Formats: sequence, structure tokens, C-alpha cells
Amino acid sequence: MTGSTADLPRPDAQLHLGVFFQGVNHWTIWSEPESGSQIDFASFRRMITTAERGLFDAFFLGEGLRLRESGGQIHELDVAGRPDAITQLAALAALTTRIGLVATQNTTFNEPADLARRLSGLDLLSAGRAGWNVVTTDNAWTGENFRRGGFLDHADRYLRAEQFLDVARAMWDSWSGDWAGTAGSSAWARPGSITPVRATTAQFDVDIAPTLPRSPQGHPVIFQAGDSGEGRDFAARNAEVIFSAHGSDFDDALAFATDMRARLRAVGRPEDDLKILPGTEIIIGDTEEEAEEKARWIRMRQVTQATALAIAGQVWGFDLAGRDADGPLPAEDPVVAEPTGTMGTRRWTDPRTIVQRWRDVAEAEKLTLRETVIRLGPQRGHVGTPSGLADKFAHFARAGALDGFNVSPYFTPDGLDDIVDRLVPELQERGVYRTAYTGTTLREHLGLREPLTRRPSV
Amino acid sequence: MPPPLHLAVELDGDGAHPAAWRRSRHTPEQSFVPGRVRQLVQHAENAGFTLATFDDSLLPPGGGVAGRIGAVERAAFAAASTSVLGLAPVVATTYTEPFHVASQLASLDFVSTGRAGWLVVTSPEPAVAAALGRPVVGGEAALRREARDAVLVNRDLWDSWEDDAAIRDVATGRYLDRTKLHYVDFVGETYSVKGPAIVPRPPQGQLVVFAPAGLLPTDQVDVELVTAADVAGVAAAGTGAGLRFAEVEVALDTAAAAAPDRLGALDAHAGRPATGRLRHVGSAAGLVALLTELARVADGVRLHPLVLDDDLQELSARVLPALFEAGVAARPVAGSTLRSTFGLPRPQNRFAAEEVSA
Repeated sequence: MTGSTADLPRPDAQLHLGVFFQGVNHWTIWSEPESGSQIDFASFRRMITTAERGLFDAFFLGEGLRLRESGGQIHELDVAGRPDAITQLAALAALTTRIGLVATQNTTFNEPADLARRLSGLDLLSAGRAGWNVVTTDNAWTGENFRRGGFLDHADRYLRAEQFLDVARAMWDSWSGDWAGTAGSSAWARPGSITPVRATTAQFDVDIAPTLPRSPQGHPVIFQAGDSGEGRDFAARNAEVIFSAHGSDFDDALAFATDMRARLRAVGRPEDDLKILPGTEIIIGDTEEEAEEKARWIRMRQVTQATALAIAGQVWGFDLAGRDADGPLPAEDPVVAEPTGTMGTRRWTDPRTIVQRWRDVAEAEKLTLRETVIRLGPQRGHVGTPSGLADKFAHFARAGALDGFNVSPYFTPDGLDDIVDRLVPELQERGVYRTAYTGTTLREHLGLREPLTRRPSV
Repeated sequence: MPPPLHLAVELDGDGAHPAAWRRSRHTPEQSFVPGRVRQLVQHAENAGFTLATFDDSLLPPGGGVAGRIGAVERAAFAAASTSVLGLAPVVATTYTEPFHVASQLASLDFVSTGRAGWLVVTSPEPAVAAALGRPVVGGEAALRREARDAVLVNRDLWDSWEDDAAIRDVATGRYLDRTKLHYVDFVGETYSVKGPAIVPRPPQGQLVVFAPAGLLPTDQVDVELVTAADVAGVAAAGTGAGLRFAEVEVALDTAAAAAPDRLGALDAHAGRPATGRLRHVGSAAGLVALLTELARVADGVRLHPLVLDDDLQELSARVLPALFEAGVAARPVAGSTLRSTFGLPRPQNRFAAEEVSA
């Protein structure tokens, strides 16, 4: 590894690990004997118990508001069907004592009076272990499941999110710290200790008597995942943890971290006020060769024949079902048309440009269609031996490229076992990972300061 | 002998009386610690109750008490703290998003492995609309319309996945079979919902739907809660839809004080709103006699203890054992779903049923 530990900017850095129990997309392998239920409570219990045994900071759930479609039909190829995050985490709070519980919840199809209260409830039932991954959507397609329909302009999605957070924080701050009367007091709460929240903004016109006090960690920890410039600025102003997609390549990770630190300075926050936890997959083998072989086995089960054809079909712009994904790329030119948008929100690029790149890579590396899909798909993280990965991760953290990882296991519910049993001890040996929980709240695990609205004014 | 009387208990806050907190054995701050929820539900489960309900509102509970944790969150936490107790949170229908509610309730059924119910209520208070920034939904008819539509949408969404929709067919690379997933395409007077659900069909197929008698169309309710001042009133009340549960307020004699004195002391602090519910203020033996009589005219009771910390103890020590001994009531059997405990069949999926008949 590069240089000695002491030369690195953060020699005492600690890695933080979270686990993302995935409920959608093709990275979860559903076809093998090890593939457990995606919905039975026992699967969630199993995975969170493993994560807590491994001293993870947080257990993280995504959110679904409409079942995915492709070509106007329900997408059949990937795992699907997942629980409501806050309900599930409230149940898991009863089975765990330390691990953080992070719910993805969007600010478009929720209202602060309801959602901020539900998050408070989770925070209290877990004695200060709740987190909120704030996401936005402006999608009219999603809106078809909700009373208001697709009401929000794309340009207003972060505006609404920010105003939503302002109201939520005001609710969380509405009970004074000494609201409870003294023993024998004639009132349940000290008079004047609870302040109603009234807000009139472009997005909200609300008058709320909040019903919950603060938890031991003050507020739920705010997570954010947007990667656009606007999303990064939103995170710099509001978030305490950012999930990035910049955790595979060291230079890319460091560039992202450097960019976020500049944005934090620009809004007057300390550089360490936002923890950077890229999403990643970790594949472990006894040797490098074995790990690489395992990674190939995993990729072929994540990107099945049908999935490879579906992904390529998106690029070519027509249905490729029935072709042989383990043969050459389609000979035809792609159909050039604006995307329907239902599969995602990727920026549009001329498919002729993409197909030419696919052809160049397939030609140069002698790849089949499926191998090309895998080769050019998103970089999915890290493959190696426990000691090799521990060295690499310690370097990432000490160099200031990230604060840890949000791990996406490729198997439910046992996909964390390798990481907890084999990688964690190596990290501990290197002094870069805790050997016991030292706090009880998620905020303490992450080494975060008080919530942004609860600090002495500067 | 009539079939066993189903025993439910309301566990919100510190008890049914607005001043109950004054007699609780914990401070107001301890209302918000996880141990409080765990202790209450485990007490109810150990006592042998079939079901716990959890009242809720976006507004403060009242009687000077300013807070409560949301009922769905409490019920989910309770689910993972118990093994046979049924759990039915109050979830309002007037302003809530039916799609979110359906996801939350289906998830509750999964975390409790089939022990979940839903106590359907309305939000008549304009302050709820103000908290959400919505126009007030006013008047009985509009409140009933929103309740009906919310239940229709929930039931449709719970059925929008057939039980075997996740096929994991390796040969074709398909995890799902889309022919077993259904758009609900609900179109009501005030909103529409496309579906399908994001959560698979819950273990019970459909959760047990509880509602005050008369709120919902008769074919949408599984258990009617009837309010009447005496046994004859209970016998005559309700629409006859589903099972009939009588609402009963309970204040029992304790070692420290007679029930009327306990009630009087609390009444001196705060008046009680007139609920019109049947009420028992007195001895455990008197309550056993009343419930034995009710078993002839009702399928179940929902008890509202005056002060949970006192009356739950008395119910557990003196009332439920006598009912079990006499065969008037029975403990739920481990491994049962709430539906099966109530003798309700697991419903056929409406969408699958349509295909068969088509």
C-alpha cells in the first residue's frame, strides 16, 4: 500500500459499516439454494442479527412506491416485494439493542406532520437509533398511487425536500428538553414547554401540535444519496451521512470526498460533519484467484440471460427477448428514440454512441453480449481476500476517501456472514474498526455532532 | 355453552381515563421508552388476551397528555416482542394515503406472522387537516366515504399480489409472474390508486378489519365494535356484519382502593367524555359475571381499563383466569393467525377468483 499510515491525513480514521437489505434490482441473486425469502420477517431478523454481531453502524431499508415496469409491463426479472421501511424497522428495534435503523422515505408523497412523527416514533422505540434517508421523486408515474397524483415539478423536488426537512426539524425541536414536570407535579407536561409548529412556505401550509419529545440522539440522523450537483449541495446543507456511488476506485472516491468537503466548507460546516458511506458489494475469497472466480460466478447469476437481454434491449431500443445473450452482440443498429423514462432517470445519451462503445469493447476483449453487459455495467465494489480488502479499506479511510461502506449483500439473508466473520476481524486487527459498540445511539456510532438545529449558534 | 368470548384490550397511553397518567407507576417521560410498550404487550399476552388495540391520532391524546408514539410503530415493535397476541393499530382514513397505509399494515402482518388487524377510524377534527395542510373533509357522509374508499383500496392492494406471484423460475429468468400481479385501478370520488402493492400479499391474505358499527359497508368489515350501555343494548346494537365485539370500560377494585373510589379520584382531576360504552366499576367477580353474560350476545369484548398499570394487573390475576377456568374464554393457540383465532377463513384472492370465474 502507498506510504506509511502516519503519512496519511487521517491515521486514526475508523471505518463505519452499514448494510443495505435490498428489495429490488438484479444484484440480489434469487436463483440459488442460498437465496432466502425477500419478505419473511425471519430473513430480516437473520440479516440484522448478523450485522449487529459484526458491530455495524446501521441497517438500511429502501423504499418502493410503485412496482417497477419495463415496456409498460411489470418487470419480472428481479427480486421485488418489500416491506414498509419504518414499520419493519420498528419491529427490528425490538430485537436489537445497538445497530442503527435507517428508513428511506421520500418527501414528495409524504407530509411532515405524519412522516416526522413516524420517524420520531422509530427513534424513541429504538432509544435513539433511527436514521432517515431523504429521497425525492417528481414522477407522475409514481403519483398514480397517491391522492395528489404527480403534482410536483421536477425543478421543485429539492425545494420541497428542504422545506419538508425544515418542518420536520421544527417538529423535532418543539418539545423543550425539560418538558416533563417534576415528581408530584400537577401537570403532565410543564406549561409552555411544547411549542406548536406553524409554517407557510411554497410547499407547505401547516399548523401542527407535535406529539413526541426528542429521543436520546436528539433527531434521527439524516442520510442522503443524490449525486447531482443539486443533490450534493442539498447534502452539504442538510445531511449527516451521504451514500455515494463513489467507493470502488480510490481516485474517484477521493475526488468525491474532496468535492463534498469543499461544499461543506462553503456552507460553513466542519469537513467531518458529513460521513461518506459509498454503497458497495464485497466479495471475499481465500485467495485473489478464488475471489475473482467467485465474482464471475456471482455476476453470471446477477446478470442472467434474460437480464442481459433486457439491459441490452434498453440500449438497442427494441425487444431482444429470445436472442442468445451468450452469443455476439445484436448485428442491428439501435433504434433512436427518446426514452419512456419508466426504467429509471439516467440522462439520455444517443444509443448509437453507446452501441459503438459496446462493439469496441466486445471486439477488443472477445466478449459475448452478456459478458459485455457485465463488463460495462456499474462497478460493483471490491473483490479480494480478507487481509487484502482490509488493507485496501484502511487505506481508503486513512487517506480521507471515505468513512466506510454501505454494503449490499448479494444473498438474502446470509450475504453478510463472510464479511462479519472474515473481514471484520482483519479490520479490527488493523485498528480501523471498533471492537465493541462504545455508544448506544446511531449518532454516537457515527461520531456525529448534535443535530444541525440544536447546536449553539456560531 | 356459547363459543368462547374473544378478549381484546385497548393499550393506548396510561388507560381509558383522561387522568389515568396520575395513577401510573411511571413518569410521563417513561411513556416514550421502548420498555413501556414491551411491558404492556407482554403483560397482555401473558394474561391470555387474544388482541391488543392501540388508539392513535395525529393530535395530542388530551386530558393534558401531549404525546404518543404512532400506533403502527407501537404495534410493529409489539409484534416482535410477543408471539401469540393479535395486534390492531388504529389507522385513520380521512387524510392518510391508502397506498402507504396498505404497505404499513401488510408489513405489520408479515412481522407478526399473521397476527395483524386494522381498527378503522375517521379524523373528524379540523385540526388534523390543518396539521397536514389539507382542506377539511367535513360531514358524516364525507368521512364515511373516505373510510369506505380507504378500506376498499387496502383490500384491493392486499390482493394485488397472488400468493404465488414470486415464482423464481430459473429457466426463464423470471422472479415474478406478472400474470399473478394485478393493477387495482381504483377510481373513487376524490382520488385514484393504480397499484399493484409494493408489499406481497400478507400472510393472512387480508388483515382483520375492525370498525365501529355502521362506519363501513357491511361487506367490508370483519369485526364490528358496538357501543351500548347494557347487555340488552349490545344484543340489539350493530348491523350484524361480521363478528360483534362489545366495548367495555373497566375499573376494578384493587388491594389499595375500591373501584368507585378510584374512579371518583380520577374524575376529580378530569371529566370523562361520555362514551356511551358499557361500564363495569367494581369487583373482579362482577366483571366475570358481566362478561359471561355478554358471551351470549357478543363474539368478543374490547376492554378499556381505567388505569392500565392497575387494572391490567387485576384483569390478569383475577378476571381472565376465572373466564378460562369456566370455559367462557380461551387463550389464543400458539401459531394461529388472528383470522384463524376468530374463526374467519383465509379469503380467496379476489383477482385470482375473477380469473377462475372468467
